[in-house]
Amino acid sequence: MRKRTRRAAAAAVVAGAGLALAACGGSDSGGTGGAAELTISANAVAGGKNTEEAEWIEDWVIPRFEAAQAEAGVEVDVSFEPSGVDDEQYKTRLALDLQAGSGPDILTLDGIWVGEFAQAGYIEPLPEGDWEGWRHIPEAVAGLATWEGEVYGVPWGTDGRVLFYHKELFARAGLPADWQPRSWDEVLAAAGRLAELDGVTPLQLNAGTAMGEATTMQGVLPLLAGAGEEIHDGRAWTGASDGLLRVLDLYERVYGGGLGDPVLQQEAQGRDRSFEQFAEGELGILVEGDYFWRAVVNPEGGTAPMDNRDEAVGWALIPAAEPGAGVGGQDFVSMSGGSVRAVNAAGGHPELARELLLFMNSAEALTAAVEGDARITARTDVNERVLAGDPMLSFVADEVLPLTTYRPPLAEYPRVSVLLQEATGAVATGERDAAEAAGDYADGLEDVTGGGG
Amino acid sequence: MAAADAAGLGRRRAAAFVAPALLLIAGFLVFPALWTVWLGATDYRLTGFAAAEPEFTGLDNVRHALGEDSFTHSLGLTLQFVLGSAVLGQAVLGFAIAWLLRERRGALRRLVEALVLLAWILPGSVVAFLWIALLDRNDGTLNALLGTPGTAWLVEHPMAAIIVFNIWRGTAFSMMLYAAALSTVPPTQLETARLAGASRWQQLRDVVLPAIRGHVLTNLLLISLWTFNDFTPFLLTGGGPADETETMPVFIYKTALFNGELGYGAALSVLMLLVNLVIALVYVRLLRRRDPGASSGNGTGAGAGPVAAERAGAP
Amino acid sequence: MTPGRAAGAVLRYTALAAVLGFFALPLLWLAFAPFDRAPSVAASLPRFTLDNFRELLDNENAVRSLRNSLLLAAGTGGIVVAFAASAAYALSRVRLPGRDALLYALLLLSSIVTGTAAMVPLFNLAYELDLIDSRLGVVLVLSGGLLPSAIFILKDFTDTTPRSYEESARVFGASPLQIVAHIVVPLIRPGLATIAVWSVAQVWGNFLIPFLLLRSPEKSPAAVVMYTFYTEGGQPDLALISTFSLLYSLPVVAMFLFVSSRYGFRFHGGIKH
Repeated sequence: MRKRTRRAAAAAVVAGAGLALAACGGSDSGGTGGAAELTISANAVAGGKNTEEAEWIEDWVIPRFEAAQAEAGVEVDVSFEPSGVDDEQYKTRLALDLQAGSGPDILTLDGIWVGEFAQAGYIEPLPEGDWEGWRHIPEAVAGLATWEGEVYGVPWGTDGRVLFYHKELFARAGLPADWQPRSWDEVLAAAGRLAELDGVTPLQLNAGTAMGEATTMQGVLPLLAGAGEEIHDGRAWTGASDGLLRVLDLYERVYGGGLGDPVLQQEAQGRDRSFEQFAEGELGILVEGDYFWRAVVNPEGGTAPMDNRDEAVGWALIPAAEPGAGVGGQDFVSMSGGSVRAVNAAGGHPELARELLLFMNSAEALTAAVEGDARITARTDVNERVLAGDPMLSFVADEVLPLTTYRPPLAEYPRVSVLLQEATGAVATGERDAAEAAGDYADGLEDVTGGGG
Repeated sequence: MAAADAAGLGRRRAAAFVAPALLLIAGFLVFPALWTVWLGATDYRLTGFAAAEPEFTGLDNVRHALGEDSFTHSLGLTLQFVLGSAVLGQAVLGFAIAWLLRERRGALRRLVEALVLLAWILPGSVVAFLWIALLDRNDGTLNALLGTPGTAWLVEHPMAAIIVFNIWRGTAFSMMLYAAALSTVPPTQLETARLAGASRWQQLRDVVLPAIRGHVLTNLLLISLWTFNDFTPFLLTGGGPADETETMPVFIYKTALFNGELGYGAALSVLMLLVNLVIALVYVRLLRRRDPGASSGNGTGAGAGPVAAERAGAP
Repeated sequence: MTPGRAAGAVLRYTALAAVLGFFALPLLWLAFAPFDRAPSVAASLPRFTLDNFRELLDNENAVRSLRNSLLLAAGTGGIVVAFAASAAYALSRVRLPGRDALLYALLLLSSIVTGTAAMVPLFNLAYELDLIDSRLGVVLVLSGGLLPSAIFILKDFTDTTPRSYEESARVFGASPLQIVAHIVVPLIRPGLATIAVWSVAQVWGNFLIPFLLLRSPEKSPAAVVMYTFYTEGGQPDLALISTFSLLYSLPVVAMFLFVSSRYGFRFHGGIKH
C-alpha cells in the first residue's frame, strides 16, 4: 500500500511536469493567411493600468482600422500587446524587443524617450507629407515628438502642472477661496498662514529620490522655469546656475522653515501619503499635474477619492519667482510631459503602420479615446470638445499649455533628473545647504556629460 | 567514501544522470552569464548611440566602479546587510528555533514552523506590502504596539529595518537545515557530556557545533549568497532614504533599468560575483580549519563532505 | 520539576511566544485589508466587505494569471526537482574530477543570471531560440537559475544517506535506476519536497523573467498581473492589490500545507537512525 502511494506520487510528479511543459508549449507564430499583421504596444492593460486606453485600442481602433482597410481592399490583422508596469520596465522591455530587431509596429513612448530611441535607430523621422492633424497640435506639444528638428511620431496626450490647494483649509486660515499667488514669496506667505493650523502640513513640494521623477517634474523644473532657466538650454545642461541656487534655496526655506514635512520626502510611499493627506484635509498646497485631479482625488475611482472634490479643491498657476522672472519673461510657468506614438523602424509594413498611426491620432479616434475619461489630448480641436465639462482640465488646456515647457528628450536626462532629486533631497533633510547641494549637483553633472554617458 | 559507488552507477551512467541538469545549466546559466561578463567590458545601453554601436571598453567599467563612491558605499551596505540579516540574523535565529523545537512534537511546533515558513514562501511583492503596513509612520502596527506614533522606521532606521525584515523573510531555510542537522547529533553524546557536568553552552560548543559544522557551512554559503542577491528590500525602501539601503542588487537595478547603462550594470554584477567568491572562500577556510581530516579527502570540497564523514564514523 | 528546570521552561515558552509574535505580526495586513472597504497601507480592523473579491474575480486577467503561475511553477518545479535530484545523486556517489569546484562555480554564476544585468543575454537567447512569448522559455530560464542551488542542497542530502541499502539492493540484482527510484528517492523525499516548495516559491514570486519573455496577457503569471493594479501615476490600487495578494498567496500556502502534511517537509526527516 505504502509503496503504491509512493510510486503514484512519483508518477504524478513526472506526469505533472510533463503536462505543465506540454501546456507551456512553443511560441505563437502562426500566420493568418495573406493578411498584413500589425501590433500596437502601450503601457496599458484592460482591467488594470490605463485601462481606458487599452479598451479603446482593442474595441475602437483595431476593429475600425481593420474595417476601413478591408473596404479599401487591404487585409490587415492588428493586435494589441498590453502591459501594466512601471514606465521604466515598459521601456526596457520595448527596447529589448527593438534591439533584437523585433517589437511592435506602433510604439507608445514617453516624449522624453524620443531622442534616445531615435539615436539607437529604433524609430525614424516621419516622411514629409501633409496631415490635417498637425494644424490642431500646438507647436510646443509637437515638440514632444521632435528631436534635432525632425518629427519622429505623433504626440498623443499631454498634461500640465499647477498648484492645488485645499479650499477648506484656506478658509480656516483666512486665505481667499480664489487664490492666485504672483510670486514665490506669496506662496510661502500662504503656507505660513496654513502652518498655524493644527495638524496641517502647509505645502508639499516634492523632494528627494524616493519621489523619483515626480520631484523633478513637480518640483525642480517648474521652479527652475520660474527662475527663468531651463535644465537644458538647447546646447548644454544647466549646472549650478543662479536659477538652480534660487530653486534649492526655496527648498531650504520650505523644509527648513517648517512649511513642509521633510520625513515624508524620504518615505518610499511618500507621494501616495501626501495625496492621502490632501484628501483628508491635512495638507494645504500641493504641486501636481492634472493627473492629481483626474486620478487621485476623483470621487469616482481615484486612489484618494474626495467626495467634495469639486468644491474643496482649488488650483492656481505656478508663479515665477517674481512677476516677469520666469522663462521667456513669463509671470507664470509650468512643466508638461506627454506620450507619443511612433512607428517601429524595423517593422514589416511601414506604410500601413504609418496609416494606422495617423488613424489613431485622428480627431475622431482621439475623441473616442477620452470620451469616457476626459483628459488632455495633443489636439486642440479634440480638447475643446471633450474637456468642456471639466473646469480643471479646461483650465490646463487653455491657461497652462500656452506657457508650459517640456523636458529635453535626451538620453542623459534620467541621470540628470536623479542628480536634481538628490540635491533637493539633501536640502530638504537639512543634510546640505543650497550652495553645497548645487555643488554636488554640478560635480555629478560633470560625471554624466563627461564620463561616458 | 571516495571508492564507494554503492549503486554501481559507473562513470558513464553517472554522467547520464548529471547530463540533463548540466545541459540546461550550460545553456541557460553559463552561456548567458559569460555573455554578461562580456557585456561588462562594453559601454552597451539599450537606447541611444551605444545601443546601435556598442564599443568594447575593456576594464573601463570596472575601473569606473572601483573609483566611484556609490559603488563602495553600496558594497559596504550589502556586507552589513548580509552580516546582519543572514549570518547573525537568519543563521542564529534559525538555529535557536530549531534548538527550542528539537524535542517537541505537536501543535506548537507545527504552528511555529508554519508561520516561519509562510514568511519564506510568500511572494516578495506581497511581503513588501505587509512590512510597509507594519512599519508605517502614521498607522503602522509596530507604532501602535510600541506606542511610538509618528516614528518612520524605514526613514529613521532604514538599514536596521531591512535587516529585521530579511531575518523575518529568510529564517525558515536555516531553521529547516539546522532542525535536520540537530536530528543527526546522537543523543547519547549529549547525554555523556551532560553527565560529565558540561553546561548547556559547553554542550553546544563541544558536542553540537562540531557535529553540524558541514551544515553550518552549507547554510552560511547559501543564505549569504541569496541575501547578497536579494532585491526585495527595494520594494520596501526603494534604496532610500537617499541611498542608505542601496544594496548591490538595487544599485545594479537602478543602473541597468533607470539609467539604461547595461554594460556598466553587467560589470557591477561581475564584481559582485567576485565578492561572493571571496566570501565563499572565507567560509570554506573557516569551517574547514578545525577539521583537517575531512578537507584532505575532499579537495575544494562541498559543505556536505565533513558531515558525511562524521556520520559514517558515528556509532 | 526543579526550580531551574521550571525557569528554563518559562524561558523557552517566552522565546517561542516571541518568535510566534514576530512571524505573525506582519501577516495582519493580509488578513484585514482585503476585506476592508477602503484599505490603506496600514493594517486596521476592516469595515467588512467582499466587494474587493467580487471586483477581482470579474477581472479575467487576475484569475487566469493564477493558473498561469501554476503552470510555470509546476513546469519549473518538476524540472528542477527531477534534474537536480539525479545530478545530485550521481555527483554524490561517483567522484567526477573537479566536481566540488564546479558546483561552487555554478552556484556563484547563478547569482549573475538571477540579477537584472543578465536580462539582455537572457532575452536575446530566448529570442534566438524562438522562445519569446513561450512559457517553455520562462521555465527553462528559471530552471537554469535555480538548478545550482537545488543540486547543492540535494547533494548534501544524498551524501548523508547510508549506502548500505543501495549495496544490498545491488546484491539482489537491482538496476541503478531501480535503486534510485525505490531506495534513494524515498530516503531523500523530505529534501525533494523542500526543493520543490523552494523552487515553486521562487517562480511564484518572480516578476522580471516572465515579464520580459512573455507577451500575451493570456500567459501572464500573477507576479506580472500584480503590477497592473497600479495607476498611470504608479500608485497602488490597494483594494485590488490586497485582495489579489491574498489570492496570490493561497496556492503556495496550500501547496506548503499539502507537502508538509504529506512528506514531513523538512531536511533529513525521512532518515531512520
